[in-house]
Amino acid sequence: MSEQAHAVHAHAAPTGFIRKYIFSLDHKMIGLQYYFLALVAVFVGMFLSLLMRIHLVWPEASLPWFGHIKPEQYLTLLTMHGTIMVFFVLTTAPQSGFGNYFLPIQIGAPDMAFPTLNMLSFWTTFVSFMVMLAAFFVEGGAPLSGWTNYAPLSAIPSAGPGQGLGEDLWIISIALFSVASLMGALNFITTTLDLRARGMSLFRMPLTCWAWFVTAMLGLLAFGVLLAGGILLLLDRNLGTSFFVPGGLNINGNLSFPPGGLNPGGHPITHTGGSPLLWQHLFWFFGHPEVYIAILPGMGVASQLLSTFSRKPIFGYKAMVYAILAIGILGFLVWGHHMFMSGMSPYSAFAFSVMTMAIGVPSAIKTFNWLGTIWGGRVRFHTPMLFAIGFVSLFVSGGLSGPFLAQPVLDIPLHDTYFVVGHFHLIMGVAAIFGIFAATYYWFPKMFGRMMNETLGRIHFFVTLLGTYAVFMPMHYLGMAGHPRRYSQLTELNFLQPLMPLQKFMSIAAFITIAVQFVFVINLFWSMKKGKKAEINPWEATTLEWTVPSPPPHDNFGGVTPVVNHGPYEYSVPGAAKDYTMQTDPATVAAH
Amino acid sequence: MGLALLFIIWLITLSSTYYFVIQKWAPLPVASANGIAIDHHFTWTYILMGIVFLAAQLGLGYLVWKYRDRGQKAQYSHGNTTMEIIWTLLTAVLFIGLNLSGEKIWAAARFQGAAPGAVQVEVTGLQFAWYFRYPGPDGKLGRTKPELADASVGNPVGIDPDDPAGKDDVVTGTMFLPVDREAELVLRAQDVIHSLFIPAMRFKQDAVPGLMIHMHFTPTKIGDYEIACAELCGLGHYKMHGMLKVISQADYDKWLASKVAEKLAQ
Repeated sequence: MSEQAHAVHAHAAPTGFIRKYIFSLDHKMIGLQYYFLALVAVFVGMFLSLLMRIHLVWPEASLPWFGHIKPEQYLTLLTMHGTIMVFFVLTTAPQSGFGNYFLPIQIGAPDMAFPTLNMLSFWTTFVSFMVMLAAFFVEGGAPLSGWTNYAPLSAIPSAGPGQGLGEDLWIISIALFSVASLMGALNFITTTLDLRARGMSLFRMPLTCWAWFVTAMLGLLAFGVLLAGGILLLLDRNLGTSFFVPGGLNINGNLSFPPGGLNPGGHPITHTGGSPLLWQHLFWFFGHPEVYIAILPGMGVASQLLSTFSRKPIFGYKAMVYAILAIGILGFLVWGHHMFMSGMSPYSAFAFSVMTMAIGVPSAIKTFNWLGTIWGGRVRFHTPMLFAIGFVSLFVSGGLSGPFLAQPVLDIPLHDTYFVVGHFHLIMGVAAIFGIFAATYYWFPKMFGRMMNETLGRIHFFVTLLGTYAVFMPMHYLGMAGHPRRYSQLTELNFLQPLMPLQKFMSIAAFITIAVQFVFVINLFWSMKKGKKAEINPWEATTLEWTVPSPPPHDNFGGVTPVVNHGPYEYSVPGAAKDYTMQTDPATVAAH
Repeated sequence: MGLALLFIIWLITLSSTYYFVIQKWAPLPVASANGIAIDHHFTWTYILMGIVFLAAQLGLGYLVWKYRDRGQKAQYSHGNTTMEIIWTLLTAVLFIGLNLSGEKIWAAARFQGAAPGAVQVEVTGLQFAWYFRYPGPDGKLGRTKPELADASVGNPVGIDPDDPAGKDDVVTGTMFLPVDREAELVLRAQDVIHSLFIPAMRFKQDAVPGLMIHMHFTPTKIGDYEIACAELCGLGHYKMHGMLKVISQADYDKWLASKVAEKLAQ
């Protein structure tokens, strides 16, 4: 298959601006397009969180341009922050961005299996992002029902401001995003299975490729369900079906909806027989695998980097692969742990809880193996490695609040409090972002042919690590004190008053952390133009992307299909001349 | 650089642990029977996860410092199957054992219904208030109709005037409960999902439109306790709060009798 694919792709690179930079079929350009889309999105999402943090601690503050932020606007900020971060950053950059760029190169393929589908997938994501942003500008503004969009709040336009056209746009955007993700997942899976170079057996793939592969399978199985849920919700809202809306509602005196009904002259449509819990099941059947879609690529990157910069083979390669697979499979059996307090059967809560605790086991295996990789190594502290170490620390901290929340009995005090917010921000937010940073600093030389600045990188790392801990660790204290999440103001409940100083501390930490991200952006763009020229293999790494020029030519390997002789992490092989054995080195070099 | 990393990881770990241990922002003092068991289980989880947290983070900081590049040769090792099996089993036993040990408390709160003789209260959540309905001397709650619900005419939960059982129903904005007696709550929602959250009682349960959810708990201390909404329900979510007043049985009887008399006089 690889020779066939080679024949298809080994054509001249496109020369026109549009075919090269806009409607490109080259996986590398598409990967960069995804990456920069995510970069824009992360700054939008971060800006929204900045406004939220200001409003929380200074609710009366009047801001230039925005004026005074109203409580319902706070909920809009919260909804759009979550949505943009989860979909357009955490799903987009690690998988579609870096995966697109490096999966084909790391397995020795000239491109993705379906280049046109790849282009279509990116542009659908782009349109989806534009539709999402448009929700801010329509009448009533963006929705306020949270990124989880529980029905009936999300299903009934009169339930709140932003629940009209803004909510419809939200659903349409997410439906488009789902379609794009399905196309992308199909492409990743086919590429991994069919386009591997000779000698690149599954168990010789770098762990990054395993992570992208399993993430794609999760995407293929999860996004279809979200798409279906979104379509049903649109029908409920606009055509008067009752999938998620039960009968007998009275919303501020509105007994039926849409207000006035489909035929304004006749009788409005009354809902009957829908189930609000059905939305939650569909949403979380997608939503929980989505957590792993966000974090698995980061785990792959952390594994790759810890091995490379410790100059040691990864500890327990096969255990790592099986752990990724176990997380992938169990990830589909635990969605109910988001619903312990929902009114779902308490017996099924028990089952979901046991499965959830079980998924902690492969996660722990990965952590032990990362520590085992550093153990006995020779650790080089380049910026990418710093972020990989930070990833492990954050993964541990965010992971260990999991066993609290996985137990329904502890969800009674903790569910829907800041404890949950702290948990998921550390593990799927900040840890995944650290994965993105690590990948950026690591692969930047390959993508742009220049090195990023190490001093700026270190400043960025240390301030971000301290800053994110200072923002998100106190959320656990708030949650234990009973602080409910999604509260725009603390003023109404007496028991929240003592928590205000802590909230202020977190806001200030957030401002500093946000500010230092500009150091990263400056480093990124400055280094593209002015960075030190990079060699082909600046980190002395072993995988295939380090055998080709930086940036790689149009079809990656210049028309020559590489032949793989070694596993991905052959560092410090006894008797070898240098402390790394490239995957393409002749078979005689190493014992393995 | 290794030392800087060690320092910063240890600093983060130890300062986080310090604040976890001193509990400067402690949960509200527990005031329900099941809440004591929940807190106890929480403490256990807390200690065990705390040990793992300290071991992993301090270990990480130590390892990156100890094995910093000083020109030594890295070990060539692909791992150790025995160790993989040991830590897989240890983690499985820890996590699943912890889980199973908490299930009894969950079962007590959720598998079993309320005992006979429990105080009956119907809880209705709507944007953005909680209402509590008590059956009068007949012990029965009257029928409700959503189209009749209108707080501005004094009928926030929509009691049907044509049903005689509803004549003596008492509806309040504050929940009253007698101390040391089990309360059986029936949770309803009129518009969107709400969640009845009484932190001091270690009580939380969503109120879902279309469902009648039966719950129970036993307050054990006389006092006033704040009630919050824990499920995002719209723009006024943050101000959807109420109060639970736990009083003696005698005071409770007196209160209910006066409320019923007031209702029947209307």
